[in-house]
Amino acid sequence: MSAHLPITLSVNGEELTRRVEPRETLADFLRRDLGLTGTHAGCEMGACGACLVMLDGLPVHACLIFAVQAAGATIQTVEGLTESAAIADLQSVFHTRNALQCGFCTPGMLVAAHGLLSRCAMPSREEIRDALSGNYCRCTGYEAIVDAIETVARRRAGEAASSMAEEPA
Amino acid sequence: MKARAFSYVCPATVAEALDAFAAAGSEASFIAGGQSLVPALALRLQAPECLVDIGRIAELRGISQDGEWLRLGALTRHVEVHDHPLIAACAPLLALAAPFVAHPAIRNRGTLGGSIALADPASEFPAMMLAVAAEMEIAGPAGRRRVPATDFFQDLYQTAIEPGELLVAIHIPVARPGHRCAFDEFARRRGDYAIVGCGVMLALPADVVNEARIAFLSVGSTPLRARAAEAALNGRPLDAAAIRDAQAALASDLDPADDEQVPAAMRLHLARVLLGRLLGKIAAAA
Repeated sequence: MSAHLPITLSVNGEELTRRVEPRETLADFLRRDLGLTGTHAGCEMGACGACLVMLDGLPVHACLIFAVQAAGATIQTVEGLTESAAIADLQSVFHTRNALQCGFCTPGMLVAAHGLLSRCAMPSREEIRDALSGNYCRCTGYEAIVDAIETVARRRAGEAASSMAEEPA
Repeated sequence: MKARAFSYVCPATVAEALDAFAAAGSEASFIAGGQSLVPALALRLQAPECLVDIGRIAELRGISQDGEWLRLGALTRHVEVHDHPLIAACAPLLALAAPFVAHPAIRNRGTLGGSIALADPASEFPAMMLAVAAEMEIAGPAGRRRVPATDFFQDLYQTAIEPGELLVAIHIPVARPGHRCAFDEFARRRGDYAIVGCGVMLALPADVVNEARIAFLSVGSTPLRARAAEAALNGRPLDAAAIRDAQAALASDLDPADDEQVPAAMRLHLARVLLGRLLGKIAAAA
């Protein structure tokens, strides 16, 4: 009754075709079939946010999508964002600001932060907290995470401003 | 937890979706954004034999204005309700409520049609359908029909959608320039289900209220319109006395139950506080 179905999708810049069982979530597909274990499976019901990935440019819960539904989609996991250095500054400041302890929530936090900063270059702390409202962290108390994201937003804005200032008149 | 095994079909049209559902008998479920259904499957609260994925049906997408009506395809995502300029212009109450719906990642995937078809009494959008006087367009084997929001929400998770039918679009009368609206809710944390939430829409021609529509979420087994409170406002200036009367009238509109979050009396109190704040805000801005 639940034959494997072929799907083709783009994961971290690579076009893939695989056969999946309909009940397999995108999170399990990424972790088991592709070995991309940076996407963490926590609550598996959309509450904790550890499994966030970018789907067609927006953060979504990989545990709340069946892999078959992602056919044709463009997925970026935390590995892909790491490899392209899209989140290198976030990762660096998460490190220096101690915005992680056990690290289980960190991939989801980074994807949520990346989604936020892609949409809003200079979010307020309130907006950062709202963007993280679906991400549980049981170690840090969130303050350091909010600090880190705010710092990265400021640095990026500073770089954008200084590169504009360097433009010849 | 993992979902039980199921078969999966992904039709391209509404007709194909209805056929696929009929072919699977009573053991099928439609899936759109899946942000409520997938957790229910993972927890095995539901275990359909077949999922009919309507996510690729082009007709169910899109936001458009046709004269006096705004049409929102059932697959309109919450994030689109939040961001779309036509919604800000024509149905601003929905844009005000959108930031309160779950969390950002859920809003990126969840659909308006899914939320309304599920009819969770604690969800924002079903209640707001009452406040904006929406009509739900339902397709079924016998054809299509439009059901006004007041007839649509029937009981806990029960709507006018019959088994085998599909919600295809939501039609909303375009707000006129004189319309005012406001939304707010009390929740323990951002994105949690609200203890109580309220949306208000009213017209204020010549500083006199008419067509007031007040809808509450999380106060009963369905989204609820506060008709006595509306009656207390209609035909009067939106002043402190009218607002007090509307707040008092909520005692006959709402009959919430005790639950593990708050006792009934506190929920009614919070509903009054919320209504007072929203009406005060509209009055101050008028």
